[in-house]
Amino acid sequence: MLECYLNAIGLAAPGLPSWQASTAVLQGQAAYEPSPLEKYKPELLPANERRRATELVRMAFRVCEELMAASAIPMADCASVFASSGGDYPIIDQICRSLCESERLVSPTQFHNSVHNSAAGYWSIATGSRQPSTSLSAYDDSFAVGLLEAMCLCQQEQLPTLLAVYDIQPPYPLGGKRLIPVEFGVALLLSPTASEHSLSRLQLQSTDTTAPSTAAQPALEALRCANPAARSLPLLELIAQAKSGSLVFACTNQQSLQLEVQPC
Amino acid sequence: MTFGKMKPLRITNYTYTSCLGAGLSANWEALQAGRSGLKPCDFFQISDLDTWIGEVADLGDALPARLLDFDCRNNRLAWLALQQDGFFSAAEAAIARYGAARVGVFMGTSTSGIHQTELAYFENQDPLPDWYKYGTTHNVSSVATFIQQALGTQGPVMAISTACSSSAKVFASAQRAITAGLCDAAIVGGVDSLCLTTLYGFHALQLVSPQKCQPFDRQRSGISIGEAGGFALLEKGDESGLYLLGYGESGDAYHMSSPHPDGAGAQLAMSAALRKAGLAPNQIDYINLHGTGTQANDSAEAKAVEQLFGNATPASSTKGWTGHTLGAAGIVEACIGLDAIVHGHLPQNLHLQEADEGMNIALLKEAAIQPVTRVLSNSFGFGGSNCSLILGSL
Repeated sequence: MLECYLNAIGLAAPGLPSWQASTAVLQGQAAYEPSPLEKYKPELLPANERRRATELVRMAFRVCEELMAASAIPMADCASVFASSGGDYPIIDQICRSLCESERLVSPTQFHNSVHNSAAGYWSIATGSRQPSTSLSAYDDSFAVGLLEAMCLCQQEQLPTLLAVYDIQPPYPLGGKRLIPVEFGVALLLSPTASEHSLSRLQLQSTDTTAPSTAAQPALEALRCANPAARSLPLLELIAQAKSGSLVFACTNQQSLQLEVQPC
Repeated sequence: MTFGKMKPLRITNYTYTSCLGAGLSANWEALQAGRSGLKPCDFFQISDLDTWIGEVADLGDALPARLLDFDCRNNRLAWLALQQDGFFSAAEAAIARYGAARVGVFMGTSTSGIHQTELAYFENQDPLPDWYKYGTTHNVSSVATFIQQALGTQGPVMAISTACSSSAKVFASAQRAITAGLCDAAIVGGVDSLCLTTLYGFHALQLVSPQKCQPFDRQRSGISIGEAGGFALLEKGDESGLYLLGYGESGDAYHMSSPHPDGAGAQLAMSAALRKAGLAPNQIDYINLHGTGTQANDSAEAKAVEQLFGNATPASSTKGWTGHTLGAAGIVEACIGLDAIVHGHLPQNLHLQEADEGMNIALLKEAAIQPVTRVLSNSFGFGGSNCSLILGSL
């Protein structure tokens, strides 16, 4: 069994503009209203990079920067896992369109932004972290599998570990083949041992149970199903309510995962 | 910083398929004969790129009916590689031995089946054609799910995509998952296939060579892009055999598409791998270098290797044979390292005529026949993602 401690959270989705501003909704004390997110300008990127940052990188930085502001652990010390089901759909769309032109001009920036670890690369440069970093996809199970990899890094390498999970909306025509109707990003800061800043203890193991834990509010449950990163919502609800609980993350092509959550 | 020494993890089967051929013996014959698999670029009737490629032959057949949803160049290459060297049956035997839920799949890829999306866009962008399936072909997770479906595993499945270090890092993730008790065995590997995105993308970065790539040479002028697929089966065990002894991962924290000029991140990855293996630099018999053939990579990597190993440890890049197989480079070069141990033969740095200034490392201009017990293999990628593996016989 994997065990670690959760210390800080970043969150961004329509109607959930930050972890701090979303606790009332996640506690069930305020109704969920999906107002659009305002465009985010990553603070850690230099000015020229900030202007060119893609929508995907802005989403990743948004949740990671919120987490960083709440963290007592320097980001340079943290290993990281960046999980996204499909990465930078708009960049892929632009490159595929360019390749259909007779000149086939792919811009160098577009190309290096197309790698699945683009956000991880920018984050490592911005924070100066040279610690291990994994970028991965497990399609609709990317949150649970990202959590598994992050908890493995945290426990096995004894490193504080940042987990960022995010997906943005694929533009047309890709959106016709991969339906993600809403953007969602979440970041969790894990540590191998408890500290005064720890919010919860997390314990992860595989399970034969196949029914997933759901979000309490129907509107949040719809959101949970709408974006792979939003599969984190049942966990976020428990943390916001400072409750203990046992959650099942049902996986499509592998054994499901069970997460025990215990407030510190 | 990587924690503690690891318990060696047994490699009970391995295989790779590249432009040199399908399976270990076809590849090894070409390595021994000094025969490069590179050819002038004619992929997809490209006529405006002056470069060389490493193309895998015989990818014309569609996948079997039960796996047809996954049909694309990348998964056809995965399927071809999976059939070689008894790997498929070794993986099935591991699943029978441990149970499907106790076998994990960790696959590395950079561009996955993006060529399928390129083909779809060529045909119709409004809307994309009916035959085009995004999730099972292009999506990064596709090749991992494909292997999971082909073999019927039920343990953890992930696709790691950290550009050119992807299929080295799968060894690290699998080792952690096994040590944590999430699975008893792991199928690790990587597959990357030719596509217009990488050919034109690296061209845009002015990183493709008009000649066959010449890693570490004074005249080197960039990479030759190749495609490949490979796998290794990892299990706990203590019988004599081949083992993963160590791994080290690091970030450059420097630039998205250029390595740190002094190889600071590369050095961290190699040091971490040595620490994980509990070995000193002089216990490594051979270094399979990342050695892409770009100005920046080769000079940074040589500096990093020199810092740790001086100019004593024989070293070569094998990309002159296979081309740079990007997300598959880690598994291909791990397999070459394992074969170097098995055959007692260190492959030369093909196409190296005169080492560039500052390459103060023991580059192999000629092959060397000598006993080999432990090998270090380097893989470095965009975003400053570095991974070094140490493989050895026990």
